[in-house]
Amino acid sequence: MLSYKAIYVITLREFKRFFRQKGRLIVSLARPLIWLFIVGSGFTKLVGSGGNVEYIQFILPGIVGMTILFSSIFSTISVVWDREFGFLREMLVSPVSRVTIVFGKLLSGTALSAFQGAALLLIAPFLGLHLGIDGFLAMLILMSLVSLAITALGLFVASFLSSLEGFNVIMNFIVLPMFFLSGALYPVDSLPMYIKIFSFANPLCYGVDAFKHVLLPESGRLAAEFPLIFDIAFIAVFSVVFTFLSALVFERKK
Amino acid sequence: MPIIEVKDLVKRYNGNEAVRGVSFEVNEGETFGFLGPNGAGKTTTINILCTLLGFDSGNAFVNGFDCRKEPGKVRSSIGLVFQEITLDNELTAYENLKFHCYMYNMEKRLAEERIAEILSVVGLDERRGDLVKKFSGGMKRRLEIARGLLHRPKVLFLDEPTLGLDPQTRSHVWEFIRKLKKTEGNTVFMTTHYMDEAEACDRIAIIDNGRIIACERPDELKRAIKGDTIYIKTEDDEKARREIEEKLGLRPKVTDAGLSLLVEGGEKFIPRLFERLSMGIISVNLKKPSIEDVFINLTGREIRDYGPPQRPRG
Repeated sequence: MLSYKAIYVITLREFKRFFRQKGRLIVSLARPLIWLFIVGSGFTKLVGSGGNVEYIQFILPGIVGMTILFSSIFSTISVVWDREFGFLREMLVSPVSRVTIVFGKLLSGTALSAFQGAALLLIAPFLGLHLGIDGFLAMLILMSLVSLAITALGLFVASFLSSLEGFNVIMNFIVLPMFFLSGALYPVDSLPMYIKIFSFANPLCYGVDAFKHVLLPESGRLAAEFPLIFDIAFIAVFSVVFTFLSALVFERKK
Repeated sequence: MPIIEVKDLVKRYNGNEAVRGVSFEVNEGETFGFLGPNGAGKTTTINILCTLLGFDSGNAFVNGFDCRKEPGKVRSSIGLVFQEITLDNELTAYENLKFHCYMYNMEKRLAEERIAEILSVVGLDERRGDLVKKFSGGMKRRLEIARGLLHRPKVLFLDEPTLGLDPQTRSHVWEFIRKLKKTEGNTVFMTTHYMDEAEACDRIAIIDNGRIIACERPDELKRAIKGDTIYIKTEDDEKARREIEEKLGLRPKVTDAGLSLLVEGGEKFIPRLFERLSMGIISVNLKKPSIEDVFINLTGREIRDYGPPQRPRG
């Protein structure tokens, strides 16, 4: 049913495209730094530290989450892109199953996002956060899981989009709210109840929380808010459900 | 056994029948032309045969595989070149081909071999490492056809393969397709708006309003049109029309450019025409029946209802 060669080559293609599109490469590397150092350092003075965590340290898990969010969604937009420029047809008329194409897109989106998250983690020591090898590996696994969840969600949404115009709508109504409701910039607990509900349904919220478990000290008002095992369970279930849904939608669409 | 077999194929869109009981067969090794006005059901039929589209009733087999039940096997038997370019501009020529090979589950060594071979056939081996976005339209076309043939398909589907290409590139592309056909022995199923391309087919099917209205060798189709067409322009077309009706018992049609009449043995008729007409003749033109005439005769429309004007025919 699955063609591993096809999954490999679909992933290889996405990586080649990523490194060739210089604009996209620069933006995806610069965006988190802009947030960290401009937003982060601005608010650090205003917010003050929570226990032994500086604000700029506090938002690092959130900015890792943001990087993954943007990268995963952008990767899945490539499905729409491929449809508009005809390349999707090349894939659809090949003998590989639709599920193979979905898995190829999932793997490439996930790997690209986790890769960017890992690149961003290299600056953690400069913010006074010392990870160690085990911390870095734990982050790598968590980042891959979160990337998979968001890519699966993005792929599901993208399979309904027939043109790139829909992209802006998605950006404003899904991506930005997901970011602001993720606890990336302020603890979810500080939100009023009627907004908090949306956070509880937001996979990125648990992703960022899981990152906080690894990156930040265990206690204090800026620490993680949910049990780590719950974070992981939510994201895993979310990934499975949306992988299944996007495979289903892809299979149906001709 | 025919390589493509279509029987009573029906496809509806929102209650409208786009394809209404189409049946035809294509033999192995044939070049089969599929013609029809826009919206006649050509693309729908091709998409069904390529398993990109389902259908409501009837049967469709390609290379002995059921398009509905064994889409994977059908897809491994066919190569496709669409009207629009479906290459990845951000990849090189070589990478586009490699992508294709891996999608068709080829071994690495075999893939490298085939890619090298096909790139030299299309004359792109020196550009293999260049990004496709730097290619001209003709080069992209050639690469695309090369890609469609990489997995040695039994049937190559060409949907308007030369649309929008200049005449020189067009003839290069065809030269190349013929050369490949000789070495690969594959069947070609094509649509086109160009008359000369249609004439070169072994057999032609004409589809109109979702039905096949003719399916034969080009010369047989043309034989159905009895006679040649003579176009004549005189100093007084109205008077000429009356004289032809009275003296020759024929009914000429009035066109923008003068008169046209359908006669048998046009070469011998022209001198008679010259004898009988009393006014000065400005120009005369004899046309043997073409596929275009067959097409107009059967569908009431010109084959080329869009695109650049038809080049003058000899």
